[in-house]
Amino acid sequence: MRAYLPDYHLRAPKTLSDALELLAREPGMWRAFAGGTDLMVLLEFGALKHKNFLSIRHLPELRGIEVTPEHVTLGALTSYTEIQRDADVRREFPLLCAAARETGGIAIQNRGTLGGNVVNASPAADSPPALLVYDAELELVSASGTRRVAYRDFHTGYKQMDMRPDELLRSIRLPRTTGDLHTYYRKVGTRKAQAISKICFAAGARLASDGRIRDARIGLGSVAPTVVRCARTEDVLRDQTPDEATIKAACASLVQEIVPIDDMRSTAEYRARVAANLLADFLSTLKIDGGKSDSA
Amino acid sequence: MSDEEMSREADVRCTVNGTTHTLRVRPMARLLDVLREDLHLTGTKEGCGEGECGACSVLIDGELVNSCLVPVLQVEGAQVQTIEGVTAGGAELHAVQQAFIECGGAQCGICTPGMVLAAVSLLAHTPQPTDADIRHGLAGNLCRCTGYMKIFDAVVRACERAGVKA
Amino acid sequence: MQTEIVGKPVPRKEGRSKVTGAARYVDDLSMPGMLYGATVRSPVARGRIRAVTFGEGIPWDEFVVVTAKDIPGENAVALILLDQPYLADGFVNHAEEPVLLLAHEDKHLLERARRAVTVDIEPLPAVFTLEESLAGKEIVWGEDNVFKTYLVDKGDVDEVWAQPDLLIVEGEYSTGAQEQLYIETNGVIAVANAAEGVTVWGSMQCPYYVHKALLKLFALPPERVRVVQCETGGGFGGKEEYPSMIGGHAALLSWKAGGRPVKIIYDRAEDMVATTKRHPSLTRHRTAVTREGKLVAMDIEFVVDGGAYATLSAVVLSRGTIHAAGPYTCPNVRVRSRAVATNVPPHGAFRGFGAPQSIFALERQLDKVAGAVGLSPAEFRRRNFIREGETTATGQVIREPVDMAGLLDRAFELTDYEAKRERFARENAENNSTQKRGIGFASFMHGAGFTGSGEDYLKSIVGAEADAEGRVRVLAASTEIGQGTNTIFAQIASNALGLDYDLVEMAQPDTGNVPDSGPTVASRTCMIVGKLVESAAVGLRQTLQGAGLLTEEYTQDGWREACRQYVERYGALKSFSQYKPPPGVHWDDEKYQGDAYGAYAWAVYVAEVTVDTLTYETRVDDFVAVQEVGKVVHPILAAGQIEGGVAQAIGFTLYENVVWQDGRMINNQMTNYVMPTSADLPPIRVHFEEQPYQYGPAGGAKGIGELPMDGGAPAILNAIEQATGVRFTHVPLMPEALMRGLNENR
Repeated sequence: MRAYLPDYHLRAPKTLSDALELLAREPGMWRAFAGGTDLMVLLEFGALKHKNFLSIRHLPELRGIEVTPEHVTLGALTSYTEIQRDADVRREFPLLCAAARETGGIAIQNRGTLGGNVVNASPAADSPPALLVYDAELELVSASGTRRVAYRDFHTGYKQMDMRPDELLRSIRLPRTTGDLHTYYRKVGTRKAQAISKICFAAGARLASDGRIRDARIGLGSVAPTVVRCARTEDVLRDQTPDEATIKAACASLVQEIVPIDDMRSTAEYRARVAANLLADFLSTLKIDGGKSDSA
Repeated sequence: MSDEEMSREADVRCTVNGTTHTLRVRPMARLLDVLREDLHLTGTKEGCGEGECGACSVLIDGELVNSCLVPVLQVEGAQVQTIEGVTAGGAELHAVQQAFIECGGAQCGICTPGMVLAAVSLLAHTPQPTDADIRHGLAGNLCRCTGYMKIFDAVVRACERAGVKA
Repeated sequence: MQTEIVGKPVPRKEGRSKVTGAARYVDDLSMPGMLYGATVRSPVARGRIRAVTFGEGIPWDEFVVVTAKDIPGENAVALILLDQPYLADGFVNHAEEPVLLLAHEDKHLLERARRAVTVDIEPLPAVFTLEESLAGKEIVWGEDNVFKTYLVDKGDVDEVWAQPDLLIVEGEYSTGAQEQLYIETNGVIAVANAAEGVTVWGSMQCPYYVHKALLKLFALPPERVRVVQCETGGGFGGKEEYPSMIGGHAALLSWKAGGRPVKIIYDRAEDMVATTKRHPSLTRHRTAVTREGKLVAMDIEFVVDGGAYATLSAVVLSRGTIHAAGPYTCPNVRVRSRAVATNVPPHGAFRGFGAPQSIFALERQLDKVAGAVGLSPAEFRRRNFIREGETTATGQVIREPVDMAGLLDRAFELTDYEAKRERFARENAENNSTQKRGIGFASFMHGAGFTGSGEDYLKSIVGAEADAEGRVRVLAASTEIGQGTNTIFAQIASNALGLDYDLVEMAQPDTGNVPDSGPTVASRTCMIVGKLVESAAVGLRQTLQGAGLLTEEYTQDGWREACRQYVERYGALKSFSQYKPPPGVHWDDEKYQGDAYGAYAWAVYVAEVTVDTLTYETRVDDFVAVQEVGKVVHPILAAGQIEGGVAQAIGFTLYENVVWQDGRMINNQMTNYVMPTSADLPPIRVHFEEQPYQYGPAGGAKGIGELPMDGGAPAILNAIEQATGVRFTHVPLMPEALMRGLNENR
């Protein structure tokens, strides 16, 4: 291991309020440490810059999946395994389940948390595109109170987010209004499991009885400094029938809307083209599900 | 300052393979290193240090984890099982271990402890796994020798045995 | 008494210790007073060292520091040439070249210290690819950047080009570097001082290579140096030559520390960035063929990138050169090959050893030639397969029955190849699915043992000893690295003596205790060393019979009794056997002609793929490996070798891409250098044909370790060509490249 261990502090405050108090007392001094599946990798490489951490894994206030008539609320510490095992989530939020199933291997899924995935703010994270499609809302807590942020407004730049150093992510709330969306999820890594995504594509839409698209939602990972909801492309699709012209226009818009880069894992060209291909594929499945059975 | 000084080492109480320990450790130390160096349980291997290869797999409270990604402070109060704990005390091998020997599931052996634990965990959650279940369940454990085929055979044989017993 | 042990799936000798976690690898060992060692490496690819500075805040007086000046013997890794230093002395030739060594008992502080050392280097121009090296962009080694050249010349290719009615087909093919990615990284422990000499324990394939290197490094006589192999977590060639480097480093630190034990274990990032990989290659083919599809001439240019120092490149090049023309009869063959220098860490041994590179090129080229002639790839090959009595490119007369067409038939039958080929062609043309299917194959051979006169030079020795209870121990330096050495040697010896398998065990490879049976490489362990095991074991029996203690026919109890009496009367019962070439084998090192290998394994591999035109990803759906390998000693271990090799070949073809930047691998993490998981591989179906090799052990075994690395890449790319209609010529074929290929061809 390349880190110098004596430099690092890890404490486990007894309660949530203890944790929040520590965070408030010296803002920026402490950071939350949940499942560790990202932070420990940085530690291994001697690249974990922050030194003082609060382990929050044992705090019950950050755990559990709560279902009300309007929302399903996932505690920030909900693991990918717990996501997959929850019947309500499986039924109503298949994109999130698919993302959880394709994050790392079983050992990572047992340890990694949804909240950690959000707050780690990697543009290549697997579940955020699904959260974007589902209009997720984040609940942030601090010693001075609680506030809610729409997830689509949360990431403000590469590894930047609307979150103060004295705040903790308590939960992720999903409105139960998407059960009837036609959904589509595709993570493209080089291999099928245990991969970092080169493109992560999550989408949902409804077709009205007139065959026009209502409520198209497109969330993408690994194509911009943050995960992105592609609002302009959604506008292009609104109230259109998903025919060839629409698909073409939407793909053209998507390629304009995202800003992928070349890196050691892939190329900007590949990311843009595959994102467009997946969008086209998604829209063509809509057409089939909409009752017209031609497979062109 | 004393508070800060104290935080550099901590006492962690946990149970490893059925034995309770109180460990004086740096809280950010990797569980992997504590198992190997403090408890001399060297069956748990390091392959990558980044949760990618699964050679360091252990069970914490019955769930498979990569011990290289777990700071030891987080096993406070937990039950840890390593490969040394799979052969529960006696000489008799676990059905998975026996099947690995018979089917050629172990070649160089360095991924084997983690792979055996992944298979044990898979069968605990899915006693009759399909081929797809096995492939998915072991996908976090990399093996460079076998191409996985003999490992799949071993998992199938182990659950056939378990089926016969039950 | 067990008589039929060969061909039986007996339990792996060290299986129990491996599945219980009891097996002890080098990092599992600890010694009193042990220090940890670390390596300070060059930050640039080529340049002159101006200064080494030790940063502030580190208690440097607590550290053992070793530089080139501290080396007691010669600062060169003894292998073939002496061009590679243990520690850079004034000049560096590749990124991550070792410059300085540190040791301390606190490994965390050690790491901090490693980072606090700055090596200031005046950079010089460097070359990073074999193309740049060939073009002489900069001369970075010797007079012309060339480590080694070979010429294989059969018939006269230049006479052919002007002949009428021939089709001439040209092609260019290339392969990338590949990381061995054994799951146990390189590691050693050393104890060294002037009084006791040098001892190194470690993860390795070839204890006597390390031994030879240490003699030179410390200027010590052979008896003062001892090398012991620990349980080894995979090698694949990656622990053939590199342990000489890391073993020497740990020994230098221990020597400077007055004999305190020093352990060096590379972490994954260091192992990937600094140690050897498969040689990248470039092959150009020019093939002349009649309109009936008979090969008339093959003109092949084969180049490998050796990296900054010579290491084993000459030998890798040799095997690649000899395999470049494949299992075909062709009257005129010329192979011109070169290994060239670049400023990247030296490339080295990796399963297949040059053959996967040149066979990839050939098997892609032959599909192209078949198309030009208007024959199917299969029919074209059938018309050219080599047969018994015909000669290879080096003029070797094939003296064994060889039936490549039979292997092809068997492989096609197992895969329903012809029907699928036809169906995929139709479906790909007819429907608009985003999933395109293809099936393809490759036919090839792989020589077992060292090339040419290599085994003559090695003169390997194996011993066997029996104790008073009749237990037999095999004494060999051949290592168990997962492939099953312990098990098959015990089978061979127990078979030779008619004893129970459990009565035979392997001595730990320890140069202080076992003779030099040669390196564990080159698919030689079973065929060459196994034969020596057999004759050493037979020697025990002959000794007992010669002493009148054992009858011609005997029981296991009779054996035990004979051993008891022998040991009582005469002391230790030992027997040694040394390699002698089979009769009639000749090799000309100058002309590169003659019997290149004692025997070949022959194979046809078929791959079925789906290409997803949305993501440009290729999935291998099915893989069938049919091969003739002589007598199969252990069916499960043998199949495991093939399956594992095929998996590595699939990785080589579709997943494993070394990303270079200024001569350094930048994706040196398992996260970013992607090998296949259990979710990625197809069923790998293995079938053996057995044609006993008359000079092989246990009724005629040949070598199989490297064979399965050879056929995967061309079979898969041939299948992808059917799926996409695009003729790809480079592996790894990553989705990004497949996308570009599809776009350029539409």
